[in-house]
Amino acid sequence: MSATRPTTSGASRAGADATGDGRDAVDPRPTGRQEGRARRAGGRQPLTDRARGERNLGLLLVAPAFLVMIGVVAYPMLLAVYDSLFSYRLTAPDQRAFIGLQNYTTILTDPLWWRAFTTTAYITVITVAVELVIGFALAMVMHRAITTLRPVLRTAILIPYAIITVVSAFAWFYAFDLNSGFVNQWLPFVGEDFNWFAERGSSLVVIMLSEIWKTTPFISLLLLAGLAQVPEDLQEAARVDGATFWERLRKVTLPNMKAAIMVALLFRTLDAVRIFDNVFIMTAGTNGTETLAFLAYRQTIQRQEVGLGSAISVLLFLLVVLIAVLFVKVFKVDLSRQRGE
Amino acid sequence: MTVGARMSTREKVLWYVAGAAIVVYALFPVAWILSLSLKTNAGLTENRFLPGEVTWENYRLIITGDASDLFLPALRNSIGIALIATLIAVVLATLTAYAVSRLQFPGKKLLLTTALAVAIFPVISIVTPLFNIWRTVGLYDTWPGLIIPYLAVTLPLAIWTLSAFFREIPWDMEQAAQVDGATTWQAFTKVIVPLAVPGVFTTAIIAFFLAWNDFVFGISLTSTDASRPVPAALAFFTGASQFEEPTGATSAAAVVVTIPVVIIVLVFQRRIVAGLTNGAVKG
Repeated sequence: MSATRPTTSGASRAGADATGDGRDAVDPRPTGRQEGRARRAGGRQPLTDRARGERNLGLLLVAPAFLVMIGVVAYPMLLAVYDSLFSYRLTAPDQRAFIGLQNYTTILTDPLWWRAFTTTAYITVITVAVELVIGFALAMVMHRAITTLRPVLRTAILIPYAIITVVSAFAWFYAFDLNSGFVNQWLPFVGEDFNWFAERGSSLVVIMLSEIWKTTPFISLLLLAGLAQVPEDLQEAARVDGATFWERLRKVTLPNMKAAIMVALLFRTLDAVRIFDNVFIMTAGTNGTETLAFLAYRQTIQRQEVGLGSAISVLLFLLVVLIAVLFVKVFKVDLSRQRGE
Repeated sequence: MTVGARMSTREKVLWYVAGAAIVVYALFPVAWILSLSLKTNAGLTENRFLPGEVTWENYRLIITGDASDLFLPALRNSIGIALIATLIAVVLATLTAYAVSRLQFPGKKLLLTTALAVAIFPVISIVTPLFNIWRTVGLYDTWPGLIIPYLAVTLPLAIWTLSAFFREIPWDMEQAAQVDGATTWQAFTKVIVPLAVPGVFTTAIIAFFLAWNDFVFGISLTSTDASRPVPAALAFFTGASQFEEPTGATSAAAVVVTIPVVIIVLVFQRRIVAGLTNGAVKG
């Protein structure tokens, strides 16, 4: 997850301090500050002692975080790729055997995988679409709200964001559950004994409600940051020209915050694809509600099929990479700001 | 603010209605789980939103009663593991963010791309290999066995949030210190660190939320109360008898782990929003 940051920083500061944003790390050209130093040192050496010291300190400071990220994520991922080439069950370690890509053909020809794939895609598309709309409405209210109302709204909206997903899952589960729930009593169009968790469609509705409630605040905060980037004088000019609210929204607001919207979409999509907690708590994957993440979990942890579980993990990872690449290439999402450049 | 000044009464009412709708949206499920936790055994099956009769029995159950064996160790694990993971992530991220925003060194782009890639990484994908490695090296069902993967979750976000905060710091002061003869390292510890503390603190809150929220690793890499955190433990609650559902105890436990989060939000809402939107917030 990430957040956008305002563009205000760039221009004003770049002039005053060329090295500040470290815009291009591998660029060997001397920046303003280095140039000054190079002059001080006689102007001939490509790297002064001072610059070398800075480089070494920089590498030293980032090394621990970099190594941890590589060690905890990249190394296990490579191991998963390796394990996925074996028929390997923890309960029968002696029978471990190299089988090439057979795990992948097993998975990709199994309806179980495609069903989990469809379920995941379904949840992702619907939740992200709904969250974008609600999140935008929330962001608009927060952006324009009366000053006295702002702290209240900020506090309210942060509560779903900060609450444990499992707690959210239980709250929504118990609300719709036949034994403890009140929803059937409140909704006029469902019978009092309607069991939401008896079939796929209605189970997914509750799972998605919990997911939407919990993650919309995050998307709305990203959009709020985007709204702050829309130039106020443009809005004012459109208002003076007699543009209606919808015209201003379509012609001024949305085009000016396209970047923020795309980034919010990308991050929420990648987050939704790994949905696990809500499914685990509410249905444990029964009635066709199994998602890809849950399928991976079930193969490894419950069935101890490390080979198959690893192959599913690799496929899920490739799916995430594919989505990210699609967003960046097709929708031209500019992630350079997210990288902190 | 100009918009407020020329706002009509009708507009004001609309704002308050919209505001109230947001508050209801945000608090409704929380109010519901709180209501459940206060219900009696009979009240739990009444299918009503509010408890007819209020009881503290569910809280007694998880703090001194039958469910305390499950809940209290889990609470201890959750607090300990999340705090340690947060501390380590914030220390590493502080060093990294400082270097990224201030120093010239090769590989900066690689580092930031790595952080981005790790943040969008589907954590479930490393559950299988970690499960396997942890069992061989003896980290399965231990505190470090969870702290290490939590770093993968918290570090990227901490690096970004902090880098954004560090860009807002008046760096001239650092240069002034260097002109006065301080080394780069002294300028870092004596001038920048005090200025950076608010950002570091906000980052710590956000990182803590992430670690506190984890369920995937908690359920997959633990098996006993030696390290099982609360979200995973919630899934293991059982009723007083096999015919009873653990609804009351689960709700009470859910409320207990939600209280610290709500307090943090109430006290630091402005900072947290600024941290998540990297400073782009008014008011």
